[in-house]
Amino acid sequence: MSNREPRASGYFRSSYDQGLRLVETRTQWTSLILFLAVLGIFPFVASSFQLDLANQVFLACIGSVALMLLTGYAGQVSLGHAGLIAAGAFTAGILFKEFGAKFWVTIPAAAVIGALIGLIFGLPSLRLRGLYLAVSTLALHFVVVYLGGEYETKRGFSTGIVIDVPRIGDFVLRDRKIWYFVLFAFAAAALLISLNLLRSRTGRAWAAIRSHETIAEALGIGVPAQKLLAFVISSSMTAVAGALFGYYRGFVSVEAFSLFLSIQYVAMIIIGGMGSILGAILGAVFVTLLPYAIEYAVGLLPNARSYAGMLAAFNYAAFGIVMILFLVFEPQGLVGVWRRVQNYFLLWPFKQKPLGGGRK
Amino acid sequence: MQLAINIAVLAAIYALIACGYVLIYRVSRVLNLAHGELMMLSSYLLLTTASLFSGNPLIALGVAVGLSLCVGVLVYLFLMRRMTGEMVLAAVLTTVALGVLLRGLVVLIWSAQQQNPAQALGWVNYSLPVFGGRISAAGAGLIMTTALVYVGLFLFLRFTRYGIRMRAAGQNPLLAAQRGISLHVIYALAWGLSTLTGALAGILISLDSGLDSTMVLIGLKAFPAALVGGLDSLAGALIGALIIAAAEVLMIYYVDALLSDVVPFLVLILMLIVRPWGLFGTREELDRV
Repeated sequence: MSNREPRASGYFRSSYDQGLRLVETRTQWTSLILFLAVLGIFPFVASSFQLDLANQVFLACIGSVALMLLTGYAGQVSLGHAGLIAAGAFTAGILFKEFGAKFWVTIPAAAVIGALIGLIFGLPSLRLRGLYLAVSTLALHFVVVYLGGEYETKRGFSTGIVIDVPRIGDFVLRDRKIWYFVLFAFAAAALLISLNLLRSRTGRAWAAIRSHETIAEALGIGVPAQKLLAFVISSSMTAVAGALFGYYRGFVSVEAFSLFLSIQYVAMIIIGGMGSILGAILGAVFVTLLPYAIEYAVGLLPNARSYAGMLAAFNYAAFGIVMILFLVFEPQGLVGVWRRVQNYFLLWPFKQKPLGGGRK
Repeated sequence: MQLAINIAVLAAIYALIACGYVLIYRVSRVLNLAHGELMMLSSYLLLTTASLFSGNPLIALGVAVGLSLCVGVLVYLFLMRRMTGEMVLAAVLTTVALGVLLRGLVVLIWSAQQQNPAQALGWVNYSLPVFGGRISAAGAGLIMTTALVYVGLFLFLRFTRYGIRMRAAGQNPLLAAQRGISLHVIYALAWGLSTLTGALAGILISLDSGLDSTMVLIGLKAFPAALVGGLDSLAGALIGALIIAAAEVLMIYYVDALLSDVVPFLVLILMLIVRPWGLFGTREELDRV
């Protein structure tokens, strides 16, 4: 993240190591610990419904952070994210159905399959850029979903694959409260991996490729290898999210992985704000909670009953409008809003940064 | 023989839809991923005009097509105009968002049930015998419309003042603007024409086989046709549509019916690997995006 440096009044770092730290100041430490404490207490005060929402947000976070790595940092567009989630979920489902595999086999397997598919998704990126790359990932999404559907019909699970609840000995992972901590751990791991990748050589190579491929190559970056690496890492993380999604729902079916899901993930990183991990998280929260907010809002309308059948349509319409509004009026996303608010207070009583004085 | 007729009808559908993608891409370098939804919207508009002008099916048809032209222009004026000069990808994502919005609106206004505009117009879809096979009246209409639209577009782009302006704007927007061509008018015209051809396709498909949200998928499946032919080439779209339609019909017939939704995309991937700029597209297109 580019705004991680202390920003109140100057530039405090005195060594390169300080610039690489994930948490720099005491204020950041306190806010991080407070945040973790709130997240830790949340499951003990929240209702079952709220827990479900939180769990969905965690799942979405893994996927959106992975997509952010690929699109926001490495600059490779993907419209086939749902295909990768489907791949993960189907890996878990098929391994379970065919071999009765346990989750400690299926989840790493999903990661491996995800990496392989990521390699395939990434191959077109060596020749194509921008729009054409987006289209090729879109096409691959249809192929993956078709393969999943084919498996379902050929093996007679035409309504979907039912996956048993994961268990270790007598311990059954059924309670939403336990799921909360499991998913939180996975989301935190995804976040840490991403942050560490981004502050290392790989992350800088990706940023260089995003800015200008030719110059990146001239700087000695192996552009094809780094592009493929971005695809592989992102896909692998996404596939794990997919496998977790399958276990969490207890059910895998192709209908869940429509093109709309891909669009939702793209919307997450746009609404959140491109090129920012914080943005990926904010976007995931926003997009996951939006349908529920709309359901609530529709419930407040007079004679709400008559609209009940229309909820999906309301969702689509509102989602489209929100996405358009962000694209047209706030291309920086929620992070942009957040930074503006931050700057307003940091610079108060002034409105703008002094010319030439501040960095950037 | 029946197989050949099926291919011809499907190719006509894909070609008619694909020329909408090509028009917008050629003029403004934007890929309109909401084309399928705009098509669907136009067919639903026909449903409304059919009940407004009951007894006059031709007027209803004309009004619906005219309205869809307006829809296209309005989409440009109120939405896409703001995206000119932005990153191409942002513009494409805006069309995606527009598609999602339209899908919601259509269901909100006309409900999600399958509708039958042919019935609303009071027309019966006869099945006509040709060369030892059968073709539906709407299918025959599709082939004729596609032929007419393509001839019309070729003439328009080659000989009329606005057609030449459109090509100029597509080749070099800056230079075109310098020569006094109003880019906004040209872009709006491209969007209007593209929606119009899409509307023709959507209306004819819905006359043939009813109307519900699956039309979006047909619109999306026609996109590979445009790309296989080359995204900036009208003739290419025609050939691409033939290739995609032939591949799809033959695969369904000889291999598996489930393949129908995925064949166009398989051909698309193949094409992107072998020749990303398409059969008739210009090569430097790739570097511009």
